[in-house]
Amino acid sequence: MPLVRRKKPAEAEKNSGSDSGNRNEKSEEGEEEENGKKRRLHKKNEKSKAKKAKEKGKWSCVDSCCWLIGCICTIWWLLLFLYNAMPASFPQYVTEAITGPLPDPPGVKLRKEGLTAKHPVVFVPGIVTGGLELWEGHPCADGLFRKRLWGGTFGEVYKRPLCWVEHMSLDNETGLDPPGIRVRPVTGLVAADYFAPGYFVWAVLIANLARIGYEEKNMYMAAYDWRISFQNTEVRDQTLSQIKSKIELMVATGGGKKAVIVPHSMGVLYFLHFMKWVEAPAPMGGGGGPDWCSKHIKAVMNIGGPFLGVPKAVAGLFSAEAKDVAAARAIAPGFLDNDMFRRQTLQHVMKMSRTWDSTMSMIPKGGETIWGDLDWSPEEGHVPIKRRQINNGTKLARQDETGSLGSQLKSAYFGRIISFGKDVAEAKSSEIGRTDFRDAIKGRNFANNTCRDVWTEYHDMGIEGIRAVAEHKVYTAGSVLDLLQFVAPKMMARGSAHFSYGIAENLDDPKYKHYKYWSNPLETRLPNAPGMEIFSMYGVGIPTERAYVYELSSSAECYIPFQIDTSADSREDEESCLKDGVYTVEGDETVPALSAGFMCAKGWRGKTRFNPSGIRTYIREYDHSPPANLLEGRGTQSGAHVDIMGNFALIEDILRVATGATGEDLGGDQVYSDIFKWSEKINLHL
Amino acid sequence: MASILRFRKLCYVEPVKCSSLGFQSYVTPKVGKKDDGIVPKVKTVVVEKKREQQKKKKKKRQPKEWRCIDYCCWMIGYMCTTWWLLLFLYHCLPATWPGFQVPESPGTRLKREGLTALHPVVLVPGIVTGGLELWEGRPCSEGLFRKRLWAGSFSEIFKRPLCWLEHLSLNNETGLDPPGIRVRAVPGLVSADYFAPGYFVWAVLIENLAKVGYEGKNLHMAAYDWRLSFQNTEIRDQALSRLKSNIELMYLTNGYKKVVVVPHSMGVIYFLHFLKWVESPPPTGGGGGSGWCAKHIKAIMNIGPAFLGVPKAVSNIFSSEAKDIAFIRSFAPGLLDSEILGLQTLEHIMRVSRTWDSIVSLLPKGGETIWGNLDWSAEEGHGFSFAKKGQASMSGNNLNNSNQRSLQLKDPVKYGRIISFGKEFPRTNTSTNFNSSCGEVWTEYDEMSRERIRKIAENKAYTARTLFDLLRSVAPKMMQRAEAHFSHGISENLDDPKYEHYRYWSNPLETRLPDAPDMEIYCLYGVGIPTERAYVYKSSPSEKCKNIPFRIDSSAEGDEGSCLKSGVYFVDGDESVPVLSAGFMCAKGWRGRTRFNPSGMETHIREYRHKPPASLLEGRGMESGAHVDIMGNVALIEDILRVAAGATGAEIGGDKIYSDILRMSERINIRL
Repeated sequence: MPLVRRKKPAEAEKNSGSDSGNRNEKSEEGEEEENGKKRRLHKKNEKSKAKKAKEKGKWSCVDSCCWLIGCICTIWWLLLFLYNAMPASFPQYVTEAITGPLPDPPGVKLRKEGLTAKHPVVFVPGIVTGGLELWEGHPCADGLFRKRLWGGTFGEVYKRPLCWVEHMSLDNETGLDPPGIRVRPVTGLVAADYFAPGYFVWAVLIANLARIGYEEKNMYMAAYDWRISFQNTEVRDQTLSQIKSKIELMVATGGGKKAVIVPHSMGVLYFLHFMKWVEAPAPMGGGGGPDWCSKHIKAVMNIGGPFLGVPKAVAGLFSAEAKDVAAARAIAPGFLDNDMFRRQTLQHVMKMSRTWDSTMSMIPKGGETIWGDLDWSPEEGHVPIKRRQINNGTKLARQDETGSLGSQLKSAYFGRIISFGKDVAEAKSSEIGRTDFRDAIKGRNFANNTCRDVWTEYHDMGIEGIRAVAEHKVYTAGSVLDLLQFVAPKMMARGSAHFSYGIAENLDDPKYKHYKYWSNPLETRLPNAPGMEIFSMYGVGIPTERAYVYELSSSAECYIPFQIDTSADSREDEESCLKDGVYTVEGDETVPALSAGFMCAKGWRGKTRFNPSGIRTYIREYDHSPPANLLEGRGTQSGAHVDIMGNFALIEDILRVATGATGEDLGGDQVYSDIFKWSEKINLHL
Repeated sequence: MASILRFRKLCYVEPVKCSSLGFQSYVTPKVGKKDDGIVPKVKTVVVEKKREQQKKKKKKRQPKEWRCIDYCCWMIGYMCTTWWLLLFLYHCLPATWPGFQVPESPGTRLKREGLTALHPVVLVPGIVTGGLELWEGRPCSEGLFRKRLWAGSFSEIFKRPLCWLEHLSLNNETGLDPPGIRVRAVPGLVSADYFAPGYFVWAVLIENLAKVGYEGKNLHMAAYDWRLSFQNTEIRDQALSRLKSNIELMYLTNGYKKVVVVPHSMGVIYFLHFLKWVESPPPTGGGGGSGWCAKHIKAIMNIGPAFLGVPKAVSNIFSSEAKDIAFIRSFAPGLLDSEILGLQTLEHIMRVSRTWDSIVSLLPKGGETIWGNLDWSAEEGHGFSFAKKGQASMSGNNLNNSNQRSLQLKDPVKYGRIISFGKEFPRTNTSTNFNSSCGEVWTEYDEMSRERIRKIAENKAYTARTLFDLLRSVAPKMMQRAEAHFSHGISENLDDPKYEHYRYWSNPLETRLPDAPDMEIYCLYGVGIPTERAYVYKSSPSEKCKNIPFRIDSSAEGDEGSCLKSGVYFVDGDESVPVLSAGFMCAKGWRGRTRFNPSGMETHIREYRHKPPASLLEGRGMESGAHVDIMGNVALIEDILRVAAGATGAEIGGDKIYSDILRMSERINIRL
């Protein structure tokens, strides 16, 4: 109101006294002209146009800046307005116009078939995808109370990176909260529906479940703090007890219908741990009694489960690198290496992630029996994925490929998870001279004082230690553990109290009652629940990290002394699976098919010692086909580790099981990869 | 200033010039082109000349191209830049402004005293404050899946108001979801920490609890769909079962420490319902057995409890009006009455809110015994006059505790008449039914004939008892639906087996408290704010589509020092709940061993005197006593924290009373 009022008199004044106004204007213009002349004197060399503009004296630089900003803002608002006014179905309409009618989302399709919500569904998110929020922090985190530190917009990473790293780290000794800091998992479905705005994790699955009648009361997101070890989630937050109580409640209120569990990624191991925990007696376990699982669980539908670990975890722990980082280094060398803004990004990341116990749950399990030794690996002779990708993954092409499998001459030694130098990676095992590193003396702290506050355990190792590590040349899944123990003793000491990576000889040994074995499928029995079903659902058709070629980093003191040798490319043949220092095999970009499928293909199939009650297992593979165009976003047929959660075929399978179907109703196994062949090659006493 | 003047001048003068020039420049080239195309080359020379002329003109015009749009852009750009600059400066400010000391929060202080989290805490939100989100909807609500319809930014009201209303209303017959629509309560702490951005409800309390060590595992928000009747939250969402299971879980995982329950507003009677439900046998109850409450609950700290209902609910159901609307009407008559944009706002609100059963739970309970009859009421002589309020705010402190009572009114207000009609009533319009022309806005008033409306108005005055007859006649469907879930009487004999039915569980005058002698019940509420108690109505001089034939007579003003203002009688309270309703049960109904409290659990009254925020910087104040703002009251938070950390009622100081609640309760004649 006041604005309008003020304007009107002004206008009236102008109308009535326009003469005087004009006069004023003229005098003012005169002044301006003078100003303009002065300025012109200063800038004679400017173009005539500009000069004339100057003559008026209105078009100064600041003005044009303001004008530009104004223009941009106005256009932006206009577009924003149009976007908001746009009907919500417009993007879909455009997509349909371009690509033809989209298939119905599975929720809609199955609803038309008359399926409705039946069994309660529990989601178990994986590592990294769950949100974490701050409950108590140091002064630098002022104003962030109950704001997300992890997941969401990650705005704080840019605003106060060091503070953020400090709050995300755990105590180096205990693996629990550092004093004065409490970061806790976000609860509810919001914990992991979207990882960042627009980047869905569980949201698509949730939306489809909602279409057939699911809602908050029969869906539950078992959010846990994915940084700490599984047993510690119970010790610190009582998360396992909460999950137990929630499942019991949903089964009770849902008319006795058993729950369908859908864990993803590390959640698979977490739930494995849970199933042992819940039936174990009280002080260490949940005291649910020996038939808890058979009473409460209908099916466990593991999505992209790293049952036997992922080689990526080794690289992550060893040098805080993964394929992505290595690729970035190959493309822009010097970018990550230099001390950008004195941040030492990788070192900080490494320091932080080494306090997270959970990463150790993903170290490859089963040693050389599963992952292969120096000369042998189950996947050898495997068709490199790259060529298949060129052929764009059509099934016809795949058949040709398998036909030509015999002609494959040279095969990579996948068993050598870490090798120093490319020649070593390709040499025959007899040719490699290795020296034992374990006795090497950890030398002087050669860099501790100059490296500012970034501290990684490498600084304790000294040059001798580092050289010894490199001289050992090759590490298999078995010796990688020793290697990690050598380079990161504190972390591994913490982790070995919570996780174990071996294969049990005798499962009756009382030591296997300890919780450190619960998340290793090769050292525990499945619960006694013959009515339960276990699904292993994962994508295939994407090259996945399996082994690494390392080099000693040439750079100065303050760096991680090892890094992936990105120059190690297979030169001549396009078909090799070595690229940028990383050997890749079939998988879903993160988890190799072997790790995701072996337990269901062999380890648990039928009545084995790991599965005494003969729980039925099914393998459901989903062939990756990348989104056809940008409009599809992350695709509805993706097989990638996280994007698979938007795969329509997978969602349909989950919906069908949730509404009562069994594995047989779905069609049993659905296999594209050579998982059965590989599993056969693994010599494991069952 | 000069620049502004110049700018304004340019803005208003330029368009005239611009348009004329623009016109020229636009037309001439066109002509030239035409010539080019049609006329042979002979004329090209002429055209060329013309063009040259044009070019010259253009050159001349160049500096004048500073058009109106440009000025607008410039202006916007200028403002944006300034705004960003200020924003940037604001962000650069140090968090602690030197000199401006932020008062220490009770959480920090108590932590320094050594208090730590001990008992798990359950928060039970009240009506309206809980968030609701969409799980399934009609086509018009596309893209809103799992977005908040209620609480949060409310942006959908403006974008698609009718769609929004449709999704928030419930089925008129069953009081449950309409077909094809599923709106559910937001779970977790986020459901009611902030009602709208920046408007806290529980957030301050949560933050202070966190300071002494609370976190997700020992702090639970019992979110429920506040539109439903209490038993229906169990039938549809199993909300009561979930609450039970959560309390059991927290009891178990926190070292067998009993929980402290903190309900607010309607959450108080919801939790009362829960107490009975959890100990009742399975088909209608939770089957927890008779010792459940004694085993699991340490204390119930009711904030702003609406134990005996609120008169506000009556006016809300009767004409979907409350004090605020009546005030607006007296300020700007015609604003709400006119059909702005054809929206018929009030009628829509009425239609939607009448499908919400929960409002019925807030109707005054206990009839004339509690709320007074035509000639008597417990509060008479204790009215809250505005003159006193002026005094209170001037002297500002507990000095006037005594003179508040001494200022007895000569002619006591008849608070018992919750609804009374003014004298004049238009007898002109007697057309019987005008259902046909009133469009889609349907309220039950359409079905009432003029005759009945007039009869209602002629009855003149309604007390808390006859009120129900009135509501039954104006809103038959709603009352029929809701009275299966709620009861508002006083029981004669609590052993009567009919009181096993769940409709009595939320009425403290018709249920026994559970057998839990160690449990404590607190009544924490604000005092010192005028609170609606009774209304003066008139029948509205309506035409066809004014569907609500009654409205508060905002012209009814009492004389100076009276507690009648704009057609509403006020008493002491916290702006929503009168002291009588909030405090009576703790002051008398449950005090000692009574028939409502057979195990004799302790009750404590903690009143908080309202003190408006001294300056704008304080926001909603740290000593407020208002119904919702009290959740930020430092003294209240401290009390809750102390109890949660293990203190008993006696340790935090027992009763703390500013109002006349004890005297008022004494005058209520109820058999205990």
